[in-house]
Amino acid sequence: MNTTWGEIEHAGLHEIRGPLVLVRGVQGVGWDESVRLRSTSGDTRAGTVLEVDRDLAVVQVLEGTQGLDLEGTTVGFAGEVLHVPVGDAWLGRVCNGRGEPLDGGPPVLAGTRAAVGGQPINPTLREPPRDPVMTGVSVVDALTTLVRGQKLPVFSVAGLPHLQLATQIAAQASAGDEPFAVVFAAMGLTHADGAAVIDALEERSARGELVLLLNTADDPVIERLLTPRIALTVAEHLAYAGGRHVLVVMADMTSYAEALREVSAVRGEIPGRRAYPGYLYSDLASLYERCGRIRGLPGSVTLLPVLTMPAGDITHPVPDLTGYITEGQVVLSPEVHARGIYPPVDPLASLSRLMRHGAGAGRTRPDHLDLAAQLLAALSRSRQVRELAELLGAAALSETDQQYLDFEGAVEEGLLDQGTTESRSLDDTLDRAWQAVGRLPRRELSALDPLMVAAHLDVAADRGVGEEP
Amino acid sequence: MSAATATTGTIARVSGPLVEVEGLAGVAMFDVVDLGPRELPGEVVSIRDGVLTVQAYEYTGGLRPGHPARARGEPLSVPLGPGLLGHVFDGLLRPLSGMPAFLPPRPVGGGTTPGEWHFEAAADPGARLAEGDRLGTVDPHGAMPLPILVPPHVSGELTWVAGSGTYAADAVVARVGDTDVALTQRWPVRLPRPYRSRGYDARPLHTGQRVVDLLFPVARGSAVGVPGGFGTGKTVLLQQIAKWCDADVIVYVGCGERGNEMAEVVSELSELRDPRTGGPLAERTVVIANTSNMPMMARESSVYTGMTVAEYFRDQGRHVVLIADSTSRWAEALRELASRTGTMPAEEGYPADLASSLAAFYERAGEVTTLGGTVGSVTVIGAVSPPGGDLTEPVTSQTERFVRCLWSLDHDLAYARHYPALSWTGSFSRDADMLGGWFIHHGDPEWARRRARMSGLLAEADRLTSLAELVGAGTLPGHERVVMLAGRLLRLVVLQQNALSPNDVTCGPAKGAALGDAVLAVVDQCERLVESGVPATAVEEVDFGPLVRARSDTGADDAEGVNALLDEVLKRLAQLT
Ligand SMILES: Nc1ncnc2c1ncn2[C@@H]1O[C@H](COP(=O)(O)OP(=O)(O)OP(=O)(O)O)[C@@H](O)[C@H]1O
Ligand SMILES: [Mg+2]
Repeated sequence: MNTTWGEIEHAGLHEIRGPLVLVRGVQGVGWDESVRLRSTSGDTRAGTVLEVDRDLAVVQVLEGTQGLDLEGTTVGFAGEVLHVPVGDAWLGRVCNGRGEPLDGGPPVLAGTRAAVGGQPINPTLREPPRDPVMTGVSVVDALTTLVRGQKLPVFSVAGLPHLQLATQIAAQASAGDEPFAVVFAAMGLTHADGAAVIDALEERSARGELVLLLNTADDPVIERLLTPRIALTVAEHLAYAGGRHVLVVMADMTSYAEALREVSAVRGEIPGRRAYPGYLYSDLASLYERCGRIRGLPGSVTLLPVLTMPAGDITHPVPDLTGYITEGQVVLSPEVHARGIYPPVDPLASLSRLMRHGAGAGRTRPDHLDLAAQLLAALSRSRQVRELAELLGAAALSETDQQYLDFEGAVEEGLLDQGTTESRSLDDTLDRAWQAVGRLPRRELSALDPLMVAAHLDVAADRGVGEEP
Repeated sequence: MSAATATTGTIARVSGPLVEVEGLAGVAMFDVVDLGPRELPGEVVSIRDGVLTVQAYEYTGGLRPGHPARARGEPLSVPLGPGLLGHVFDGLLRPLSGMPAFLPPRPVGGGTTPGEWHFEAAADPGARLAEGDRLGTVDPHGAMPLPILVPPHVSGELTWVAGSGTYAADAVVARVGDTDVALTQRWPVRLPRPYRSRGYDARPLHTGQRVVDLLFPVARGSAVGVPGGFGTGKTVLLQQIAKWCDADVIVYVGCGERGNEMAEVVSELSELRDPRTGGPLAERTVVIANTSNMPMMARESSVYTGMTVAEYFRDQGRHVVLIADSTSRWAEALRELASRTGTMPAEEGYPADLASSLAAFYERAGEVTTLGGTVGSVTVIGAVSPPGGDLTEPVTSQTERFVRCLWSLDHDLAYARHYPALSWTGSFSRDADMLGGWFIHHGDPEWARRRARMSGLLAEADRLTSLAELVGAGTLPGHERVVMLAGRLLRLVVLQQNALSPNDVTCGPAKGAALGDAVLAVVDQCERLVESGVPATAVEEVDFGPLVRARSDTGADDAEGVNALLDEVLKRLAQLT
């Protein structure tokens, strides 16, 4: 698989079209092969072979074609698809979206290399995800538990603190006392946001638990297609060869998809919905599916993609297709944000599909799943009651409904709201959830075992919290 | 497969999965061509001026002009024989067990499952045999004996048959006329397997999901579409049916979906016991796993591969359920192929023949009299994943035309955690009337009447609920408030079914009927109370808890248990007078 036939050099280009260059007279060049171009002024750029038709190769240039000319450019074909070095040498490094150092250090070198495209995991050797990643963020840990090997996206809209939440999770996440690492693939971030991410993750980086790939908004778009692939390739090695639980944060996937759309347009492909290419689903899947656990191998790869829904539209192709691939979603809400709650998660719109396997007895705490189900059921009732009250007036509510009226606020203030650098233990988080449900009349807690209710609420009451209203 | 007919040509152009080959003669459309030194399989999708366009089933990185291309001389075909049940395959029916953790691009290979099988002959030399006649049986005393039949288009005198013994999957075990018959036979996946006649002797496929069995039932041999936006519960519903329906064989095709889900379904099936055989449920199941990151073309072929396997078991007189999750990913592969080959796009970029492709697929469902004279069936249940949850998009709207049942999953119900989120307003079953007749003679004469009453109450309750949101429930007359209560009870007691509750994962016919009748009995009683002057509020405040918990508190076949809980509630109601 890793055979290298050595580089074949070519002088001169046949044509330059947008980010594509055409090279004539090539022989022995394979599709998807990696390419190095040297401009007249001597700078080098990377590319890949998009198509090879007899002696004509169509090459897509990563850094763009600005400054290239037909005569003076030389093209070298690597004889293999793009590979990157993989290994522990990445830990603690900050690089650009192509994997070149931004931290002043030497280029990342390692003895092992891997193809960035990856290969599909054999489904028969997948181990179903079973254990939690603890994030220290109450609403996530309590209500949408992230499970090792899961892909759980954050759906947000412009102006909400999704990057802050992703960064906080990247800074705090852990897998009990097992080795843990974070690969942060930043795509299309502003320099200010990029700097904030570097800053917030400094401690994790210093501990040698972080790889940061930073593609900024002004970097070439094509590079953005490479960034998550390098991140995942590095992550797979850190996990399955290095035995770590690796969390890969990918922010912002909307920028990634826009880059894909732009490149597709240049290639002259038939546009699909909202001008995204018809293969957007498969392309996103080729990233999102690179998570999991593998039978017989240590470690795990967990994905936390972040995406902004244009105009808050969840039916937009990027969130829609993401939702069709991932295993649940954490949805941020402008209304909750407007109430001053951080993180502004809408728990009812959010779901971790694998939570039932990764939380509860033996995973987190025996009361966890029932408590979360009860809290969500009550929250749903609370929201209905509020809508009814807005329509008919609070006076028209039954006595029970009156008690539900403030429940949502209690959950938001008691459980959701937390500091951007505050990491809460699971016990703290679940106790807060108990306090919230404890405000409801006992007979309303039908999803909870009465013994469990007594154990948690009465003990809590002894400690002077969570009295019944 | 025969090497003698193979010719070799040269690759001229590679553009992703699309490969042009020159110098290859005598090749037909859809024939398989092995590409390059790694013999990556592909399928001929156009022939023009001596240039073949081949769509590769594998990732083509590194493939280049000048590489050899060899024709196999047959369209994509799969080996059908022992070793299918209980195993997991990719979209080309290549076994996935025994493959490495990361799947490299690879050739089609010879295609029989390794291992040995016990064969016992059932016919004597000298007998005149026709297609579909039984030659013998593999594993005749096991839970799932596998008949070995004379293949389609073969007949004549049985000149030789192997003695009882153990054989490899590709071993020849008989000679009929001048044709050797092996335990494993190949069949081209795009060609429907022949049968003697189509039957229409409707009887229900019992799915174990109440909302289906009581409201939108499906007959054996029927076709069902299951449209729903992401997270509405398509996969959970289909997996529940794969586990608990009363079919003989399940072919589960994961078409462009998640790897974790495939791992989950495989591990659950191997843990669960088949109530009829006592063996693991996995042993009646063939899983075809083409996850979303596997090559797109193999996704396109996976539904045909699955269908061919289903028909193979149908031809042995089995009742088979083919589950395809999700047909939309298959349609997208068709679209992708069309756009790469420059076919004129029709609606939303799908090729103009999308409708006929869907029709042809669903038409392969059916109950038939097999060539051998037994009755077998293939019931098809296909998930549909409409972009943006928009049910007017081409795949959903075309699918609706070709299926007999539609189980439409509703986002609002799923959001409210009402599972299965099957919409009673947006779904239909064209089998229901026919099956009503079947139930009359098979122990549940009330079935059609019960269904009609439940549907009527649900519709009326919906209407009243939207009214109540405007005027407040308090202003409605007592009778109408009872109808609203009936709607709520039907949803909680009958329609909702928790895939995680051990008692509620599946529901036998008797318990389903008992739950439906229990709600109707309670509603009748409430009606009488309100009519006799008891205030509707008092009726609404009765604790219906025992009834609501009945589905999870009683076993899957425990109709008695349900009736006991019903009595409890009726007693509570009686106290109101
Ligand atoms: N019958 C059920 N009982 C309990 N929970 C359910 C049930 N059906 C669905 N769910 C919940 O809904 C989630 C999503 O269901 P599912 O994976 O079947 O959706 P889907 O329609 O297949 O989505 P996608 O199109 O993204 O594949 C499940 O993970 C589970 O939490
Ligand atoms: Mg699904």
